Amino acid sequence: MCKDCGCGMDTKVHSHGGLVHSHEHPHGHDHAHPHEHSHDQALPVTSETRTVEIQQKILSRNDEQAGRNRAWLKEHGVVAVNLISSPGSGKTYLLERTLEGLRGKVSCAVITGDQRTDNDARRLQGKGAPVRQIETLNSCHLDAEQVGKLLPEVAGDGVKLLFIENVGNLVCPAAFDLGETFKIALLSTTEGEDKPVKYPTLFSTAPVAVLTKMDLVPHLDWNAAACRAHLRQVRPGVFIFELSAKTGLGMEAWLEYLVKLTQ
Amino acid sequence: MHELSIAQALLEQVEAAAAKEKSTRVVRVIIAVGALSGVEPEALRSIFPLVAEETVAAGAELVIEQVATRVKCRVCGQESTAGNYFVGCSTCDSKDVELVAGRELNIKSIELEVEER
Repeated sequence: MCKDCGCGMDTKVHSHGGLVHSHEHPHGHDHAHPHEHSHDQALPVTSETRTVEIQQKILSRNDEQAGRNRAWLKEHGVVAVNLISSPGSGKTYLLERTLEGLRGKVSCAVITGDQRTDNDARRLQGKGAPVRQIETLNSCHLDAEQVGKLLPEVAGDGVKLLFIENVGNLVCPAAFDLGETFKIALLSTTEGEDKPVKYPTLFSTAPVAVLTKMDLVPHLDWNAAACRAHLRQVRPGVFIFELSAKTGLGMEAWLEYLVKLTQ
Repeated sequence: MHELSIAQALLEQVEAAAAKEKSTRVVRVIIAVGALSGVEPEALRSIFPLVAEETVAAGAELVIEQVATRVKCRVCGQESTAGNYFVGCSTCDSKDVELVAGRELNIKSIELEVEER
């Protein structure tokens, strides 16, 4: 019997052409073979489909690390704010002025995230606060693991207030809990007043919103009342600061608020 | 494009569940995605098969159940659906509402092949 096709013919009277057998015996193949086929392979494994209930958060690993970060911050008496906004809304500039304003009053530290470069860390250095840069490379947000690794070295030494400057992005960072005490959303006047309702995921999770670049309002068709209404639409009761880090407008109230956070 | 990170986190859980069940093929993955979760279902749907290539979940169907934003009113106690962002209670128009659904980003169940014994 042929061991390849099991057709029962003697090997010398038929040949195999690649995948398709060609049998050189006299009968056509339009009828059933009168001989039995036998195969040496094992029988196919029978399987069944089963449903397994999981009911878990997809980001549970991030959330667990965020929980550890939160516990660490609490144990060390650190308030951590996660600053989120679109790129170019003025997070770093506000932080520069904020660190200068809090110098000697509150012990601060900064973790700043960008896809590339340590430009922000360099801008924030020399202002009396330890600064660490996270380059996220291809990622569009900070995650709890990246922040957790840096906590002991950046915020371990008597720091009371940690600023986490997230990657500039209104969408992705909002989904990743870093273990922060709370989120602060920044929105610059040049971005238009309806961003809160266009990006509700972020603006609904931030109990505090900062409207930046208020000094530009005279040059813009920007409506402060409409912007506040949009913020309150997605986050009723949101605490709103309106300031210009450049002119100092509104900075006093902002700094006073940060000092109170740490008391 | 944080859907990539989400897809990778999802795959990790699917692989762990498959290993626990001694399964070598996941057929279907069912997840719930809330309107306020910050995740774009279409982006997740297109990226999951790429992440799942050459894993136990290769070729698995991703079923996304979308969850609408729902709020409960602290004034009148009614629950209502709030569209993509919550504007308040649709019964009494109060703004004093509490979010009860919409932030979900959960894996619910998976269907996998297991050898019959």
